[in-house]
Amino acid sequence: MFDFWAYAFMQRAFFAGLIVAVLCPTIGVYLVLRRLSMVGEMFAHVSLAGVALGMFTRVYPLAMALGLSLVAAAILEVLRRSYRVFTDLAIAIMISAGISLAVIFISLSGSFNMDLFSYLFGSIIAIMPKDLMLIALVGVVVVILVLLLQKELFFIAFDEDAARAAGIPVDLVNAVFVAATALTIAVSMRVVGILLVSSLITVPVAAALQVGRSFRATVTFSYLFAILSVLCGLFLAYHVNLAPGGSIVLVSIIFFILAIICRKFTGTGVRWVAAKHISGGTEK
Amino acid sequence: MSQPILELEHVSFHYGARPVLEDINFTVPAGDFLGIVGPNGSGKSTLLKIIVGLLRPSSGKVRLFGVDHDRFKEWTKIGYVAQNVAAFNHSFPATVTETVMAGLTASLGLFNRPGKEERMQVEEALESVDVLSLKNNTIGELSGGQQQRVFIARALVSRPRLLILDEPTVGVDMENKERFYELLTVLRKQHGITLMMVSHDIGVVTEQVQSVACLNKKLYFHGTPGDFWSEDTLYRVYGPAARVLHHSH
Repeated sequence: MFDFWAYAFMQRAFFAGLIVAVLCPTIGVYLVLRRLSMVGEMFAHVSLAGVALGMFTRVYPLAMALGLSLVAAAILEVLRRSYRVFTDLAIAIMISAGISLAVIFISLSGSFNMDLFSYLFGSIIAIMPKDLMLIALVGVVVVILVLLLQKELFFIAFDEDAARAAGIPVDLVNAVFVAATALTIAVSMRVVGILLVSSLITVPVAAALQVGRSFRATVTFSYLFAILSVLCGLFLAYHVNLAPGGSIVLVSIIFFILAIICRKFTGTGVRWVAAKHISGGTEK
Repeated sequence: MSQPILELEHVSFHYGARPVLEDINFTVPAGDFLGIVGPNGSGKSTLLKIIVGLLRPSSGKVRLFGVDHDRFKEWTKIGYVAQNVAAFNHSFPATVTETVMAGLTASLGLFNRPGKEERMQVEEALESVDVLSLKNNTIGELSGGQQQRVFIARALVSRPRLLILDEPTVGVDMENKERFYELLTVLRKQHGITLMMVSHDIGVVTEQVQSVACLNKKLYFHGTPGDFWSEDTLYRVYGPAARVLHHSH
């Protein structure tokens, strides 16, 4: 059953998958709570433009995707500050820009080929050692940044005005977070593909919100659901010969449905267990 | 005489061409309890947002603890409870403890994590507003009055010297309103906190506060509650339709 572990490409796939399984909820929990889930879609589309640009210029596509995503992050922050009330409009504009640039670069390079499909749908089993190194490097940087800014991100997600009034450098923290989001999406698309990457960012968090009774518990469950989704999805993909990216996201959706059922039918059951063992509190 | 906590000099604010505040001048001494009243759209909340730095005045000077606003860095000396805090996302997965701990974010500084001392400060703040027993509950499952107290605890946890409250009793029932004003009295008398409160409830406010500022784009009155009622301020600010109803309880 575990004979896949003998293959180097499967080892790389699992390591890459685990890194992304940690990265996605690290960013996702704040995106979902701030109702910025569409930012994931935005960076996915911009990453596609970066990949297409990389194919057109024959520069390493993943690096191009990372670079263009960081540029998009900077533009988004400027637009958000200028049109604070219309954040969703700024995101919609960037999505349009991303996909239109992608279409143009794809048509210029004539690169409707297997390489492009591997970025669209994910190619975790085709991850090369240099891809894994880049994913690991980005993973370490993003997780460290978010851990260091965890309390600021929490306060901003809960009440941005109060955070600003308290003297927290909200604009700086937002800029760092958006850059971290851009990097996360760009490396995660190798695992689940551009079309599904925002699902891996949001669905495990959505499942965790059904069972978490505190912020700490919600974050913990997000990691749990994301890691289990990647492990089970890859396992399923190997043994049943399914697309890995789709399998991972489908498993995460199954966890989401199970979490809803748990919440609906067991009431405080699971949440009581969560509260007692994870958040350290006791139910009243 | 001790330094004023807040000084406003010729403060004006415009949204585009529309004036919201015009030439506001007053000071708030340490230990005062100032009530700010005025009709809808009079600029009360805008004034509070200027004081806490969420908006920049179009002209004029604001000084906090003797320091010009632009150079003021000690924002942890100011606690702020915004208008309509009950309009937050009720499904946000935060416990009461996590909510109040957020009030220490700025004082901890970037990259630092809360420790035992911060957890004790949070418990002290929760105890001061009488919600310690709810510390492990999620914020969304509390009543409006309890949520209000939690947000006040969040503003108090950093031990501010000035507490600014914008319409703090909106959506709060009568019993909790009375408990709320008792809490403010304790904060002022026992903890020496200077208070500023915006409210629509002129009658209640003028019973509780030490000084009143009456605003309708301009400052029409700043003085004691007794003088507020003896002048024709209400007529000048609210217009001839304003009526005073006296209740005997």
